[in-house]
Amino acid sequence: MTSDSALIEARSLEKRYPGVQAVDGLSFEVLPSQCFGLLGPNGAGKTTTMEMLEGIQTPTTGEVLFRGRPLDLAFRQSIGIQFQATSLQDFQTVEESLRMFASLYARTADRDELVRLCNLSEILNRDTRKLSGGQRQRLLLAIALVNDPDLVFLDEPTTGLDPQARRNFWSLIKTVRARGKTVLLTTHYMEEAEQLCDEIAIVDQGRIIARGQPQALVHEHFPAAIVRLPTAAWPDNEPLPDYAERRDTVIELYADAVPPVLEHLERIGAGLTALRIDTPSLEDLFLKLTGHSLRA
Amino acid sequence: MWQRILAVLAARNREFYRDSAGLTWNLLMPVMMIMAFAFIFSGEPKALFKVGVIAAPAEIDSAQTVSTGFLATPHIDFIPVTDDSDAIASAVTKVQRHQLDLLLDMRDGPAYWVNPDSANGDLVERLLLGASAQQDQADPDGSPHSSPQRRAAEGEALSYADWVLPGVLAMNVMFSSLWGVGWVVVRYRKNGVLRRLKATPLRPIEFLSAQVLSRLIVVLSTSTLVYLGASMILDFPMRGSYAALLLVYTAGALCMISLGLTVSARLRTEELADGLLNLMSWPMLLLSGVWFSMEGTSTAAQAMSTLMPLTHLVDAARDIMIDGAGVIDILPQLALLLGLAALLLVVAARFFRWE
Repeated sequence: MTSDSALIEARSLEKRYPGVQAVDGLSFEVLPSQCFGLLGPNGAGKTTTMEMLEGIQTPTTGEVLFRGRPLDLAFRQSIGIQFQATSLQDFQTVEESLRMFASLYARTADRDELVRLCNLSEILNRDTRKLSGGQRQRLLLAIALVNDPDLVFLDEPTTGLDPQARRNFWSLIKTVRARGKTVLLTTHYMEEAEQLCDEIAIVDQGRIIARGQPQALVHEHFPAAIVRLPTAAWPDNEPLPDYAERRDTVIELYADAVPPVLEHLERIGAGLTALRIDTPSLEDLFLKLTGHSLRA
Repeated sequence: MWQRILAVLAARNREFYRDSAGLTWNLLMPVMMIMAFAFIFSGEPKALFKVGVIAAPAEIDSAQTVSTGFLATPHIDFIPVTDDSDAIASAVTKVQRHQLDLLLDMRDGPAYWVNPDSANGDLVERLLLGASAQQDQADPDGSPHSSPQRRAAEGEALSYADWVLPGVLAMNVMFSSLWGVGWVVVRYRKNGVLRRLKATPLRPIEFLSAQVLSRLIVVLSTSTLVYLGASMILDFPMRGSYAALLLVYTAGALCMISLGLTVSARLRTEELADGLLNLMSWPMLLLSGVWFSMEGTSTAAQAMSTLMPLTHLVDAARDIMIDGAGVIDILPQLALLLGLAALLLVVAARFFRWE
């Protein structure tokens, strides 16, 4: 799976902690200007994988290559990182934090443009401890972009944000992508991956269980539609057809065309009042592949 | 490299002076120390009597000497002084400085030096003369002993407060340096500030240098405040150059800050850092001669004492303030403190962990 054109590449990464195999043989590569997403539930090994790619943690076995070479000090100049949980030094304003981090790099992004991009102009003089969740994430993104990096790591960038702030952040990431940055992000929001990522890898228990473009992955595993109705609405003694599956309190029927399914349901006398027709999503894919819910 | 150091230094300085609670404490502490000075030194300290004896050990045991009875007096430390002019001159200086209460010369006709301004000296002198008179009475047939000849150790008398002040300043430097960096680095590691910095091109030695410089500014500023405050309420001698004094406290602070950084290079909890820093500082406080002279203590204690950086800081500061030593005179201590500081900083950078 080696690609000469990959910007960053993970080769058979493993990370073992005493008693825990956090990452169990992950390989993938991210192409320039791509947005690559690692998806998975909490504890799947996403963050550990990210930190090995960032050079923050060393893999137990396996290696990470950046532009075909092992990570070195120059690598730090070329990347920007937004950690899942970051504490900034106390008693600094937004502007001072930005300036401090900018001073650590040889190359820096244009300050005014960065402030405009991340919408920070109104909070420049605010103490960083007094920012709202969305403002804080925008500052952390600005810090990640302060060195005009080629590769940006975003570790669950919208976790804990309200839906409005999350959407704002997505449009921000799209702008960053439009400037040719390569983005590697982790998330457990399927919608986020569908919105932002060109390619995703679904991670569960330290392994990649599926990989590809989001829509292609869904189509690979599902027909065009899923018809759902409550188990109680299904007539007694009526066997499930082979294109249906029982999940907890719901019966799911998979179909490329919906009308024949509805005709069948009507014929057997199923209750249709709570019936729903959905387009299959990454969420459904995850459930199908792992057998457990994403946010379990 | 300097750009990165200065950026981290500026951030740390802002954090320090904007933290009003911490800043107040850093300014209040010296004020409290000055008040403690004024309170403690309004009375005379109670100390064990210390008497230097110039003679070979064999002669001290000999019964021929006039002062046998005196040498048996309990509660007096008798400290042998070797019979050479350097040792005797230094012992006489100690009498002037109240480090020795009396110096007894038993070589030819008995003689002694005493500081006329010292209360302890006066008491020990009476004990000596009393013992001598008793011995004459007990041995009326023997050749009469001439009464020991008194020699006043002239010179400016040195009070305990004068003697202890350089040490207390050094102690303040030690505590402020050790905790000032040790605590902060452990907190940064715990709350993830270091983790964020690890992802940047900042190197450990750059980060640590910035911490050293930031703390050095704080330590020197507060020490200057304590010095000025003390000089307003106490009349202590300052016979050497201020440049030399600044140099030696700077070297001492650098050494202590580097020690604090070495201790905290990998620690993750403030509790453990606190314990280890206490483990470092209390032996130094007790064995470095801050509060009492190491004169007459066991050889083991004195050997321990010479291993401690605080000892050399205190010694050099006293040499400057009390004896008027110049930069040249304190070069050995300066070299030792700066060398140790450099060594500890390299060790700290080597063992440093961002998380």
